[in-house]
Amino acid sequence: MVENKVLVQFAHPALEHSKVHRRMIRAASNIPGVTINDLYELYPEFLVDVEREKSLLEEHNVLIFQCPVFWYSTPSLLKEWQDLVLEYGWAYGSTGLALKDKAFLAAISAGGGEEAYCPTGRNCYSMYEFLKPLEQTARLCNMRNMDPFIYFGAVGASDAELEFMCHHYRDFLERLTQGYITLDAIERQSGKDRNILDMMKKGEL
Amino acid sequence: MDDSFLYMAFVFLMAAVISVPIASRLGLSSVLGYLVAGVIIGPFVLGFIGEEGEDIMHAAEFGVVMMLFLIGLELQPSVLWKMRTSVLGLGGLQVGLSAAVICAACMVFGMAFKPALAIGLILALSSTAIVVQSLNEKGWFKTSGGQAGFSILLFQDIAFIPILAMLPLLAPEVLDPELVMAAAPAAGGEAVGDPQPAWFVTLKVLVVLGGIVVVGRYVMRYVFRAIASTGISEVFTAAALALVIGVALLMNFIGLSPALGTFLAGVVLADSEYRHELESDVEPFKGLLLGLFFIAVGATVDFNLIFENPLTIALIVLGLMVGKAVVLNILGRIFGLKGAQLWLVTLGLSQGGEFGFVLFSYAGQLEVVSRDTLGLFVAAIAVTMALTPLLFVLYEKVILPRSGSNQSESDREPDEVEEQGSVIIVGFGRFGHLIGRMLRSKGIRPTIMDNDAEHIEFWRNLGFKVYFGDATRHELLTKAGAAEAKLLVITTNQHETNMRILEAAKKHFPKLKVFVSAAGRPETYALMEGGADRVFREYLGTSLLMGIESLQALGVRRFNAHRTAWRLMRYDEEHMQEGLQMWKDRPTYFKRAKERIEQFEEGELRQVAKEVAGDNEAWDPGKFVERTDVELDK
Repeated sequence: MVENKVLVQFAHPALEHSKVHRRMIRAASNIPGVTINDLYELYPEFLVDVEREKSLLEEHNVLIFQCPVFWYSTPSLLKEWQDLVLEYGWAYGSTGLALKDKAFLAAISAGGGEEAYCPTGRNCYSMYEFLKPLEQTARLCNMRNMDPFIYFGAVGASDAELEFMCHHYRDFLERLTQGYITLDAIERQSGKDRNILDMMKKGEL
Repeated sequence: MDDSFLYMAFVFLMAAVISVPIASRLGLSSVLGYLVAGVIIGPFVLGFIGEEGEDIMHAAEFGVVMMLFLIGLELQPSVLWKMRTSVLGLGGLQVGLSAAVICAACMVFGMAFKPALAIGLILALSSTAIVVQSLNEKGWFKTSGGQAGFSILLFQDIAFIPILAMLPLLAPEVLDPELVMAAAPAAGGEAVGDPQPAWFVTLKVLVVLGGIVVVGRYVMRYVFRAIASTGISEVFTAAALALVIGVALLMNFIGLSPALGTFLAGVVLADSEYRHELESDVEPFKGLLLGLFFIAVGATVDFNLIFENPLTIALIVLGLMVGKAVVLNILGRIFGLKGAQLWLVTLGLSQGGEFGFVLFSYAGQLEVVSRDTLGLFVAAIAVTMALTPLLFVLYEKVILPRSGSNQSESDREPDEVEEQGSVIIVGFGRFGHLIGRMLRSKGIRPTIMDNDAEHIEFWRNLGFKVYFGDATRHELLTKAGAAEAKLLVITTNQHETNMRILEAAKKHFPKLKVFVSAAGRPETYALMEGGADRVFREYLGTSLLMGIESLQALGVRRFNAHRTAWRLMRYDEEHMQEGLQMWKDRPTYFKRAKERIEQFEEGELRQVAKEVAGDNEAWDPGKFVERTDVELDK
């Protein structure tokens, strides 16, 4: 029984050379209730089909951005997607209620370790700070923000580590669609920076 | 092999090789080139060939037979069926009326009825060879005028044998029957003087024609398949030629015109899957034989006779052409031809034809017409045939531009270019129409011109205002608004035409920006040198799209394939300017081009290697400092 219908907006410009996302996207495949939308494969010429994307969003109640972090943000096509699809009067504004109460979640990977994302690290800020633009975008679209799924240290990760992470990713998606993990349980709470991957590892979900 | 044969072959081939390119350079039809070549090598100028010209002409007439076979291949039976009214009606009336008019004229000049009628019937026939060849060459065959003309010629081909059969009846009473018999086979008909009863002849004709249809429809396919499966191409060519010659022989046997028979065989085979193969096999032979035929016509023009009787011949020529033209014009009007199409038929079919040579020689043997008179008429036919290509030039350069298109049956007025867009598109075929659609989707109404009646009709039906016109003439460009336009887009599928329009535009409107499409690299370089602001190779976009999908089919990600495609396009376009400088010096060009091709491939492969080496999730400023060779994943 599918409780939550999940739309994975997947963006990776060079998947053929990716170690992390090739595995992750394979892990997310063939789960009842999960739709994968491979943006770079669909729109190599950056011509996002807005109407198609809108109706996809309407058919799902959980929106996941799965992508590597480039320059503290999403790959450019996913940004183009936001610019075009999240229209005024549809996604936001007084009549823009199409996405109201749907859940938003970021499933991202970062090359550096978590220790680089702190005031004393090279990146100065935590990943949660960098996710704020996305968080606010979702909020303006009347969506509910979920805790992110973050995989740190993608560079130099061993195969075993990657397999382990992907196992948790698949497990998470399966249980989310089946309703064993509720949206309430992973809803982002102010002041509490939680990583779903960590919670899965600890068996908290 | 006999040296004199080789000598003759050499003279004829060289005459063709020299004269036809010159004619085509001058924008004239090849027919005129051949005719002039014939005159030059003939007995009255250089004298390379003498009296044998006439024999050669008879042999080369087989080119006409082949031409009709090829025309038949192009015509589906249903199309032919639709032409029946115009063949029988228009064709029948043309032959009947022209014969009557000419006969009457001859009698006015004091001839007896019988010879006058013979001359009338013979001169009523026009030249299939010259007319069809010219129509095909100019692309007018499919126009309504071209079709009407062809219908008439088809009827004349049918009428040839009955006329042949009638000539003995027109001979003086005291005629040696053996003379008739002796003359007949030489003229190519067995039916003449044939003692067989009428029902037998009819039966024979029906059986043979039915046989051609049945065999062509149901048997030839297996024969061709068997031959094709041997994979030896010359055997197929031999079979194609044997087929044409065989049908011609059969026709002689039953007393019908060989040209008509092979035409029928062509129509029967028009639906066959071997049609294109047959076409391409017979085509070169037809071309050479027809060329030979035209040269022979040129060579047989008897200038001695013409110089001795200039006035008489001029009178015959003028009378013949005017008389036939008047008849054609009246009939054309009755059968609904208008404007330029009417004039195409009027001027195009006003000459005497190659059948005239055959029939006159037969009539001479039968003493229907006296030898002296006969010579004058034969010379006059040759002159009218030689004049015909000039009439086609007159039609093309004077009448066609004035009357606009009028290719359709509707009472369309000559196209006045009424709207003037800031863009002019010339050539609205499969390439140009997309550009037009893009412009229109942005609210820009281009002025569109084309010289193909069918394109124009097609796009007009779809609501596009396409104008007929030859844009190589700067007057037409002016009318289309070239003086005020911002851009001229030239996309005809003919490089020569594109080049000429570009030249006209650059000469008369130097400020006008000109974009041109080109088929390949040589054309591109020529257009670049001709001053085009931008040249677009026609295949470029499509071949890249195909490359993208091919890569995709092999599992390459689309975004990756796209970027390679557009990088390749940019890379290749960059090379065009450099290539232009080197194009003339082939070794350097090829060396450099090879380098460029290798450079691109190496660059792409290096990119891949880099991307594999650096992990793409590795975007991280820290890592970048240490691994500068890792490119950002973009």
